[in-house]
Amino acid sequence: MTGLKTGHYNPGAAGKAAEEAGSEGKEDMSCGRMEKKIMGYVDGRLKEGERLEMEKHLSTCAVCQLRVNEFRAVDVLLDEVPMIEPSAAFDVRVWARVAAEPAKQSWWAWFAPSPRVAFAASMLVLAMMWLGSRPPEPSLNASEVETINQNMQVLENYDVISDFAPLSELPQPAQGDDIDDANQNQSTNPNQQM
Amino acid sequence: MARSDVQLMLDVKAGDEQSFALLLHRYRSPLINFLYRMVRNREQAEDLAQEVFIRVYRAREDYVPSAKFTTWLFRIATNLALNSVRDNRYQRMEISLDAPVTTDAEDGDEKTMDVAEKHPNIEQHLIEEARRKMIRQAIEKLPEKQRAAVLLHKYQELDYGEISKILECSESALKSLLFRAYETLRVELAPLVAQQGK
Repeated sequence: MTGLKTGHYNPGAAGKAAEEAGSEGKEDMSCGRMEKKIMGYVDGRLKEGERLEMEKHLSTCAVCQLRVNEFRAVDVLLDEVPMIEPSAAFDVRVWARVAAEPAKQSWWAWFAPSPRVAFAASMLVLAMMWLGSRPPEPSLNASEVETINQNMQVLENYDVISDFAPLSELPQPAQGDDIDDANQNQSTNPNQQM
Repeated sequence: MARSDVQLMLDVKAGDEQSFALLLHRYRSPLINFLYRMVRNREQAEDLAQEVFIRVYRAREDYVPSAKFTTWLFRIATNLALNSVRDNRYQRMEISLDAPVTTDAEDGDEKTMDVAEKHPNIEQHLIEEARRKMIRQAIEKLPEKQRAAVLLHKYQELDYGEISKILECSESALKSLLFRAYETLRVELAPLVAQQGK
């Protein structure tokens, strides 16, 4: 069993063996070229032409012939490894995971990840539409601006006037007097109602 | 007439879950065995096989039969197995050398509790068990990619074209991988190979 002793495939050893077998020195190259075809030859997957070429080589190369025999022996040994059976729960677990898979969503579903978000988004759109539909603020004409400017001094001093103590000490007009004054105004200006 | 894998997958794509059940039934055992021989742990192999089927199910909508179904299926499985083996290797490196030695999972899976009951010839049984263990260990010692190549070639009987697509290498590189793997196995199993030759 020289092949087993060498441990690794060695074209040099193959050439030596070929020489011993009375072959030409070309066997070295030939063994190297055969390397990739040995497996195909062992498992019967070589094409007809390649198979014939291999058999021609094997008939003159003792090392390659030995290697083929040993590879066949390895192949038989690999058959001894027993198969295992799937556990009883295997299918159940696969189906449970299939059931847990999220259902495929439509393209539109991307826009509605949740009802709350959808509601908030629609309210925002409505609010924007409402703001957009409001009439623009009326612009002031020159006389109105002038009036505001005149009153500006009073407005600026509003804080002082509102807390001005002497004003609070003035007597408050009676409610009955107000009504009488109003009636009086109505009787003196009848044309205002016309 | 049985529907082809591709036809079943197209039916799954159309919403037929019964076709998925048929694919599951057809490939659960080959997948689990392939993954078991890759990761050497039954529970992990089943978890990975589940993951393979779930990925197939998730991809149903986008499935296009551009390659053989088995190529696609075992490509997913091989990638998951290679990642798992690498992760396990890093985990093992972190385990203290003082950790107690436990028997490997595979021995527990395949041994029966009462050997004598099922095997009247215990000696013969032990010899067979030792042979199987030696073969398993020889396979386990192979580098991951060589191991995957041998398993896909030997046990799944995929052709070179399929395996090279699964392993993302050329056919020529695959043949070299297989040759080197068988060379290693030949050396590791030398005593058994010698017996075989007698």
